[in-house]
Amino acid sequence: MKWVLVTLMVVATVLSDLLQSYEMKRAGEQSVGARGLLRLLAMIAQRKFLILAILCMAVSFFSFMALVQTQPLSFAVPASAASFILETVLAKFVLKEKVGLKRAAGALIVLAGVVLLE
Amino acid sequence: MASPRSLHLRTYSVLLLFIALKAIGNLSLAWGMKHLPEAGANPLSYIRAMLDPFVAFGVISLIVALLTRMVLLSLADLSFVLPVTAVGYVIAAFLGKVVLHEVVTNQRWAGTVLIFIGAALVSSTGEKSK
Repeated sequence: MKWVLVTLMVVATVLSDLLQSYEMKRAGEQSVGARGLLRLLAMIAQRKFLILAILCMAVSFFSFMALVQTQPLSFAVPASAASFILETVLAKFVLKEKVGLKRAAGALIVLAGVVLLE
Repeated sequence: MASPRSLHLRTYSVLLLFIALKAIGNLSLAWGMKHLPEAGANPLSYIRAMLDPFVAFGVISLIVALLTRMVLLSLADLSFVLPVTAVGYVIAAFLGKVVLHEVVTNQRWAGTVLIFIGAALVSSTGEKSK
């Protein structure tokens, strides 16, 4: 069950990041002033991918709450780093980003670490 | 205008504050959740759980940590902030052992340290790809 929760948390986190990144790039540059924030809120309400991103964020946080309830903190927090692995794989194969040797090696080291948490 | 030295001091103070808030937030959340009945798959149970003082304190600390991180990002580069804050994984394991009396095996310590190194490596590679 704990790996189901870890997977749910990681997939929801990465999906939320991807959806936010996709929609915010389409929306163009945003400002952080009072009017900018109001415009940002109005934009969130109009863009379904951003609403979906917020829902994913909620799923991720609730999964983390369930994980810390049933598993040791020393497992739950380090296990959340598994998002680095999925992000790197998606960056390479879905977003077609250039993944350097350092990033690939880092992701593999994280993977080895997560396996050792068991 | 702030001198480089005072800016440096401010950056490290905000960095320490962020790491502390995140650690305390996670700890309080874990402590509160462990003392509640299992929430299962109902999202409403999690919203109800936030009424517990420890869970609420944890959630508020994590929100303040997020805001502190934004301040930190205005003071320092992401390629500095992300690798340094990866130390949070090791701190969480340490607090789990010392405060929550969890059994942390040598294998789990090794895994946590590898995660810290790997996360620092991944996040120190820069954020721009184009």
